[in-house]
Amino acid sequence: MAIKVHSPGLSTTVQDLGRPGYYHIGIPLSGAMDREALRSANLLVGNDENAAGLEVVFMGPELEFTAPATVAVTGGEIPPKLNGEPRETWKSFAVKAGDILSFDFLKAGARAYIAVSGGIDVPVVLGSRSTYTLGALGGHQGRKLAAGDELPVGTASKSGAAGRTIPISLRRMPGSPATLRMLPGLYWHRITEDAGKHFLTDTWKVAPEADRIGYRFRGGQKLAFVDRKPPFGAGSDPSNIVDACYPYGSIQVPGGTEPIVLHRDAVSGGGYFMVGTVISADMDLIGQLQPHMQAQFVAVDMAAALKARKDQDTLAASVRSALA
Amino acid sequence: MKTRYSFGGDEHIFVECDEEMSLQAFFKGLSITNGVRDSRIKGVTEICPANASFQIKFNPDEIAPDDLLAELKRIEETASKSVASLKTRIIEIPVLYNDPWTHETLMRFRERHQDPSSTDIEYAARINDLGTVDNFIKAHSGAPWFVSMVGFVAGLPFLYQMAERSKQIEVPKYLRPRTDTPKLTVGHGGCFGCIYSVRGAGGYQMFGVTPMPIYDPTQTISYLKDFMVLFRPGDIVKWKPIDREEYDQTVVDVEAGKFQPLIREVIFALDEFEKDIDGYNRKLQEALYGH
Repeated sequence: MAIKVHSPGLSTTVQDLGRPGYYHIGIPLSGAMDREALRSANLLVGNDENAAGLEVVFMGPELEFTAPATVAVTGGEIPPKLNGEPRETWKSFAVKAGDILSFDFLKAGARAYIAVSGGIDVPVVLGSRSTYTLGALGGHQGRKLAAGDELPVGTASKSGAAGRTIPISLRRMPGSPATLRMLPGLYWHRITEDAGKHFLTDTWKVAPEADRIGYRFRGGQKLAFVDRKPPFGAGSDPSNIVDACYPYGSIQVPGGTEPIVLHRDAVSGGGYFMVGTVISADMDLIGQLQPHMQAQFVAVDMAAALKARKDQDTLAASVRSALA
Repeated sequence: MKTRYSFGGDEHIFVECDEEMSLQAFFKGLSITNGVRDSRIKGVTEICPANASFQIKFNPDEIAPDDLLAELKRIEETASKSVASLKTRIIEIPVLYNDPWTHETLMRFRERHQDPSSTDIEYAARINDLGTVDNFIKAHSGAPWFVSMVGFVAGLPFLYQMAERSKQIEVPKYLRPRTDTPKLTVGHGGCFGCIYSVRGAGGYQMFGVTPMPIYDPTQTISYLKDFMVLFRPGDIVKWKPIDREEYDQTVVDVEAGKFQPLIREVIFALDEFEKDIDGYNRKLQEALYGH
């Protein structure tokens, strides 16, 4: 079984839940930016939650199946069509050999996930099938898909039935403006009290430079810094630090102007100060933001971050039991 | 040198060993991260040493953030008593300074530079009071460099010049980062040198290029077959200035699988190094070249 890529879409990559363990040498986690959406898609077609699927950004690909399978599309609303006929998102459907899966224009969100029973069976590299394009690692030849590619599909141990669906209440999407909860810290002390207030009350807008490495935001006021003598090795700009590790979700603000939230293909370190970190429970939401959408950073404490994490786990458990 | 702990969201602890860069700060981080690794703390998923700081990634479902924080502080106390010494490697890296590829790139991004009327290496020579580009190359390739962090992108080494602070080369980063940097560019920003392992964005000044790959995701290059990344923190680098002919020959040799980098095992002891930096560097060179 294989999938033939007729047209690749804007930036379609093979992703599973990621490649932990190599951040210390600069190889990031990678994996789906909206992890819960990929998990849901996999469960709908009867795969393990960690099976590799396709992450589609803004614009869908056109794909041909060479054998029968069960398929599901979740995440952002990029409506699928089978041989030109509409299919629902978040609902499994059957495909036959020769069927063509294509997509309508993006209606909501930013990223859709395509799961196929058996999973995309590209080679496992350092424990994962995820694509890390900057390092030309994993996925299909270490890059986004191109027309003419042929993707191997694994053998399904148990194929999910067609027509299974996930209730709307279990599909999580960002609001408008999106609320991104963050734990202040890291180098928060570098900005003035007033700048800290603005950062949390200003409404930010997603900039066009938003990808798997990080999401840039603009539109808020420039942050003012507390005076200092630059520490040796940091550089003269007030936003410079001695190059250090960057947490996933950390919010750096080069020059104090445009915050960047690092995501699954994060650069592992660098020389810009960070004001804090988006909590793990809200990382999926960032993957569903389009350029120009509004967002607000909301400060929370560790207890609230852990509570949100529990809620996210409860949601995942509900999806599992809905499909059990 | 006061250690500062901060949570990076609910999955990371970020630890700054010192605000400013020094080998003492690096070794403090290294001894604590070694201690964390040896302790096999449940829930710790990644241990990332950096220049003067480090980061621990953890799963808060397996260990409460405050418990891990307390554990790290306990390890810090023990680690502070350990000796700053390391069994490591010295690696010779050939460099073609003033190469045509970084030159083409730096000309393309001139408006993002502090001094659009000169090249990166001319600018660095001038602001470090080295006069000529030749003098700059002598200073850059004279003392060895210490790998104090691996990261940013896959396998990229951050390099700290093993010289007295007054002699260390310092340059600002570009005013605005470039969107392109040739693969294997030898760069510099702040007090750190680097080798760009892959082509991509970058803000460091560009001085030259090495023909020796340091990252190979296909693992076909002879010396990267066992692991795709060459460098690890604690490695020592010695630059070797080469001409275009040697550069071209090395590229051919790498492709043919005939190139073997010059690598020797050495012990690095921080206190001995600091007692006599020039003498210690001479000994490292003797270990590398066998004379």
